[in-house]
Amino acid sequence: MTTRIVELRRGILKKNDELAATLRARFAAAGVLVLNLVSSPGTGKTAFLERTLRELRLRGLRVAALVGDLETDNDARRLAASGAPVRQINTHGICHLDAEMVGKHLDAWERGERAGNEGTREQGTGTEGLGTKGGADADGGERVSLDALDILFIENVGNLVCPSSYDLGEKIRVALLSVTEGEDKPLKYPTLFNSADAAVITKMDIAAPCGFDREAALGNINEIRPGIRIFETSAKTGAGMDEWLAYLEAEQVRGKI
Amino acid sequence: MSIVETVTGSLTAYPAARVLEVRLRIGALAAVEEEALQFCYGMASEGTPLAGSRLVVRRLPVVLHCATCAQDLELARVQSFRCPQCGGVAVDLLQGKELEIDSIELDDGEIDDGEAPEAFIERNED
Repeated sequence: MTTRIVELRRGILKKNDELAATLRARFAAAGVLVLNLVSSPGTGKTAFLERTLRELRLRGLRVAALVGDLETDNDARRLAASGAPVRQINTHGICHLDAEMVGKHLDAWERGERAGNEGTREQGTGTEGLGTKGGADADGGERVSLDALDILFIENVGNLVCPSSYDLGEKIRVALLSVTEGEDKPLKYPTLFNSADAAVITKMDIAAPCGFDREAALGNINEIRPGIRIFETSAKTGAGMDEWLAYLEAEQVRGKI
Repeated sequence: MSIVETVTGSLTAYPAARVLEVRLRIGALAAVEEEALQFCYGMASEGTPLAGSRLVVRRLPVVLHCATCAQDLELARVQSFRCPQCGGVAVDLLQGKELEIDSIELDDGEIDDGEAPEAFIERNED
């Protein structure tokens, strides 16, 4: 027997990276701007996204959302209240979305299959919902084609660690942080904040009662990702939403050129 | 799991091989907790040619290229991504996100007359 050293030099997440590159090309071809929203559980991603979807629709943009959770379609139901097409991805214990799950759900959505709860990694035939029309909300029982969208939001599973390693093919990765979480969160989770393209601070309406140190939070985000766009928002009062929506509109137009 | 699959897939040239060691390069910014990784690796490798092998993790620091200083600089900590020399923000991340299998050490399973000379086995644990 002989002991050999074999050089592999292969990315552990190479498969995901390749799938994400395919998705990115598909999004570009369809002219749809795709955002990946990442935060801790409880930051307020869903409330923020619901308001974002609602307001973008009022501005005449065609928007939709994929929402990842370990279990339940509660978030999809909440988001569907905005009137936008929403599809739930249940990961059943997996703490992040990956490019394969996103790709599968987009394919099924384009075919008009329901999301069901059949999981993501398993074969997931989803045939029971085939051809179903109407009831078009949280279960994704409608056809949604990427070509007919301007902006697609992917709300990741609430987690600040693993989602940072999984590219979903998005153009813009958004890291969200609420005023209740502590200003040093960017320092504690540098990987995520360093990989983000934009940062959103949520729940600004309760910043004062929480003793939120705004300067420290902005400073910390800037240390981890110098020069990043930061939006200070409240989904409740609508504060800061105009700036955020204008940014999305500009990015969406820029992607078309 | 992905490590086990990738390594198993690379063994086609050595059908009887048994893997002794798998060496990873993990950047300081990769979201990897080594203890959890080692634990999962033990379970995931069971019943595969990787069973019982060592998983050796080499951590790589973050390296930035600063356009102002025209230099590549290593970060001692990941709490600030400004240039450690000039404090500027005109920096590009060169290293720190790695999550890769560098190499594997295996026993090719071929029968020959001698024993595997220990001297062939390089170690780069540091």
